[in-house]
Amino acid sequence: MAAESRNRGTPLDLEVINSIRINRSALERRASSLPKRRAVKSDWQVAWMLHAIRCIDLTTLAGDDTPGRVLRISQKAIRPIRTDLLSALDLDVNTIHCASVCVYHNMVETVSKSVQGSPVGTCAVSTGFPAGHIPHHQKLEQIEASVAAGADEIDIVVSRSNVLRNDWQALYDEVKDFRHSCGDAHLKTILATGELASLKQVAQASQVCMMAGADFIKTSTGKESVNATLPVGLVMARAIRDFYERTGNKVGFKPAGGISKAKDAVTWLAMMKEELGEEWMRPNLFRIGASSLLGDIERQLEFHLSGHYSAANRHPMA
Amino acid sequence: MAVKEILESLDWGPAPESDKFAREWLDQHGPSFGMYINGQWVTPESGDNFESFNPATGELLGTISQAGDSEVNSAVAAARAALPGWSSSPGHVRARYLYAIARQVQKHHRLLAVIETLDNGKPIRETRDADVPLVARHFYHHAGWAQLFDETFPGYGPVGVCGQVIPWNFPLLMLAWKIAPALAAGNTVVLKPAEFTSISALVFAEICNSVGLPPGVVNIVTGDGKTGALITEHDDIDKVAFTGSTEVGRIIRKATAGSGKALTLELGGKSPFIVFEDADIDSAIEGLVNAIWFNQGQVCCAGSRLLVQESIAERFHEKLRSRMAKLRIGNPMNKAIDMGAIVDESQRKTIEDLCKLGCDEGGEMWQPSTELPDKGCFFPPTLFTNVSPSSTIVQEEVFGPVLVSLTFRNHKEAISLANNTRYGLAGSVWSQDIDTALEVARSIRAGAIWVNCTNQFDANAGFGGYRESGFGREGGREGMHAYMRPLSNGTKTEKMESRGEQKSVTKSSSSNATESVDRTAKMYIGGKQKRPDGGYTMDVTGPSGTVGQVGRGNRKDIRDAVEAASGATKWATTNAHTRSQILYYIAENLEQRSAEFAARISAMTGSTTAQAESEVADAVSEWFRWAAWADKYDGAVHETTMHGLVLALNEPLGVVGVTCPDERPLFGFTRLVAPLLAMGNSVIAVPSESNPLAATDLYQVLETSDLPAGVLNIVTGIHSEFVPALAAHDGVDSMWVGVGDVDEVQIASVSNMKRVWKVNMDASGDEYLRQSTHVKNIWLPHGV
Repeated sequence: MAAESRNRGTPLDLEVINSIRINRSALERRASSLPKRRAVKSDWQVAWMLHAIRCIDLTTLAGDDTPGRVLRISQKAIRPIRTDLLSALDLDVNTIHCASVCVYHNMVETVSKSVQGSPVGTCAVSTGFPAGHIPHHQKLEQIEASVAAGADEIDIVVSRSNVLRNDWQALYDEVKDFRHSCGDAHLKTILATGELASLKQVAQASQVCMMAGADFIKTSTGKESVNATLPVGLVMARAIRDFYERTGNKVGFKPAGGISKAKDAVTWLAMMKEELGEEWMRPNLFRIGASSLLGDIERQLEFHLSGHYSAANRHPMA
Repeated sequence: MAVKEILESLDWGPAPESDKFAREWLDQHGPSFGMYINGQWVTPESGDNFESFNPATGELLGTISQAGDSEVNSAVAAARAALPGWSSSPGHVRARYLYAIARQVQKHHRLLAVIETLDNGKPIRETRDADVPLVARHFYHHAGWAQLFDETFPGYGPVGVCGQVIPWNFPLLMLAWKIAPALAAGNTVVLKPAEFTSISALVFAEICNSVGLPPGVVNIVTGDGKTGALITEHDDIDKVAFTGSTEVGRIIRKATAGSGKALTLELGGKSPFIVFEDADIDSAIEGLVNAIWFNQGQVCCAGSRLLVQESIAERFHEKLRSRMAKLRIGNPMNKAIDMGAIVDESQRKTIEDLCKLGCDEGGEMWQPSTELPDKGCFFPPTLFTNVSPSSTIVQEEVFGPVLVSLTFRNHKEAISLANNTRYGLAGSVWSQDIDTALEVARSIRAGAIWVNCTNQFDANAGFGGYRESGFGREGGREGMHAYMRPLSNGTKTEKMESRGEQKSVTKSSSSNATESVDRTAKMYIGGKQKRPDGGYTMDVTGPSGTVGQVGRGNRKDIRDAVEAASGATKWATTNAHTRSQILYYIAENLEQRSAEFAARISAMTGSTTAQAESEVADAVSEWFRWAAWADKYDGAVHETTMHGLVLALNEPLGVVGVTCPDERPLFGFTRLVAPLLAMGNSVIAVPSESNPLAATDLYQVLETSDLPAGVLNIVTGIHSEFVPALAAHDGVDSMWVGVGDVDEVQIASVSNMKRVWKVNMDASGDEYLRQSTHVKNIWLPHGV
């Protein structure tokens, strides 16, 4: 991603925040009709599924992560698809790789070394992920430590209490500090939408984060009881469109949590294309945070190529 | 395209639906299709037929039989023969058949959806996700009404043999809307699908056959408008139900007037889609896609008139254009397209001509550069700006994917613009402010209002229009009434009419000396006593000579009375408690003068003092009755498939003209006028021709009872001299014919399609209340 294309941020504009109006039932209707209106079939489905892989931040955020496990994931991110499958599609082995590997700070160095020389990025969750209940200075220190350890993308969590209390100034200041600590690393702001009061608050928090300089806005940590849903995605995608139309800054979108089926990934891509256009389907502006999604895509791809359903053991595990 | 290339372009691809099974069905049953009459498949004796095409490809689907006299006769005869058995079968038995039909529709849903798309050109996504599921839901729901018929509608029975003519825009769904309630109430039907789209009705006939529906209960005849006319004009049809253009509706209205046939019409619209500055703008844009580009805009309730608040108009139009550019247009069998084909080249031409006229009149037309398929009948999504209410394209229904956009300054202007139409079918309001949304929803004169949504339908929410969009409702309890009649339908009304005719009226204006000071009743218009415009007075005679005089009204008095009534519509929004108090007050003031009224009645009618006193007492009681009802005729909250509330409001009709019977003139006047007033209507009452003084004596009672000026207007005289003007007046929303020729009134009222009720004096209170109101359904989805 070229540095000049990064979101420069804007001053906090409360007038914009306060004028936001969101209608949930209308969004739910749109969300339910969108996958049906934009079904993608046959070769297109294959291509879109392959493309979805390019947008994956392959994620492991478990208490029992070890360097060995993380290493395996990193290698899988570099070569996510069996070579014979790619050859059958007349694709070069280097065409398809995940966007990044996403881990806790302690694993950043492992990933960073493992993916070195490949186009796969290193992504760290940060700022007291997932709840964010640690002192502000420690959050900044954590970001800086991860960047120093080799992370080029930082996924932070916002203080939900700032959002829930509509304290937009506090949210803005917090995220602006995070952005500063990131330096050249890209900042993804996790809203934890499942813990916010309303879709309107999702839209408002999205705008504040973008004003504060977020490179991406992201739905969830994957740890809330409600993860990325299509209505939430529509709200955030439209916020991005609005921010772009108002300021000329392009901000990316990352749904995360609960996206485990190839079909869902294609639906999210269709949503991006419908609401924001083809440019926003590319990995510099669209990511999917997922762990088990890749496995389903692999099986679906093999089905499309062989004509029979595939099994997990036929694909290299992460 | 190779995967490698798609991976770069990330284009959409085709997602074709298979037509394999539909082809098989067409091959098995075609290429020439018969009709379903009396449980048999028949072909017309004449051998007449016409071709049916797939509008998306131009491909011939088959030839459809053209029913003539003989086929329509045998279909009606079959329905007549089946009626006694079907209507007397227990509700549970009818319920089982309707349930079986619903099940069959579900089992064959894909076949029905594909056939519908091939025949009509609408996207398979719509037939699959909207049309057919709604059809199944309609039959399930009405299986319920059949089951509950006796306990829910005691005292009611079916109307009889129903002739039903439906349009091509939702072929199977309109069939369901017609047949399900008819069968549930015990009617039998002869239905004609539109000539462009007959095939799904034939699949449906096969379903009827497969569930063992008794022969003659459902008859499907095919043909063009000529066949339609044969049905609607058939002598042995008891009820006509039509959905289609206002133009054809008017013809049917004329043809059925005077025939004694019951009639419901669901006609055109130019429904407003109102967006306030505090709406969720992006969602409103998406709402518009569903409002005007659903089914290529060939929807009677399409949100074809965008009203957007001036403060956001520019940005809104910009967003709208970029959304329009993303709509995919193409073969409707592609699951991933937004717009399919226009039903027929003739319709496409109509749309094109109206657009051309729109441009000629100075409108600014915008269409995205989206490519249309090379062959087939397609029209791009179209937006007109720089138009005004005086533009033809803003007033006329286009019935195509054409949206016109106007701006408004505030909610009052939005309401005025919304109601500035001959139609009143539906409306959509977008605002996140509950006060704005509800205020505007209640103020739009239309049968269905969608708040922050559009084109929502459910079997349990009545659908139908105000004004020239027709009358009658389809769906829910209110829809069932369109297929029922009270079993006690009175002969009494006719008796009264004939009595009225027996009495002579002196049309001279000679004056007799009387004992009291001369008291010539004038007209009562706008709360004031007005001299008759013509300047003529006529005597009212009783058995013992002249009793008094009244003004001899003419059409100008009617004009003034309608104007006064139209200006008094605040009565409709006056709270029910206040309306009720005023009606009680009228009763109170009437009773105070009961001796005087009784004497007058005796003098006019020759009734005994006791009879006259009892009539006054009854009239007082009648005022009490409707005063009591004023705040008790509640609406309903419908249970539908939507998450949210659907509020069914009983709204006044507006301005109602009433002709009052001769018999028991004070009581008759009260029975007709009081319920209308109780429900918030403004009334022009025409008292009995021979006994008008009972009404004119009320002037002083009304004046002392705080009834607002213009709410009740009274015009006396010779009915034949001005009632036709009243019936023909476009400002009158409905007519109640208590005396006189209902046929003449129906014929005269064709111009604005007003609802006409031939009063049954013995009808239940519920019937009076229903005739005083129409149902508006307000859809309120919610969520945070």
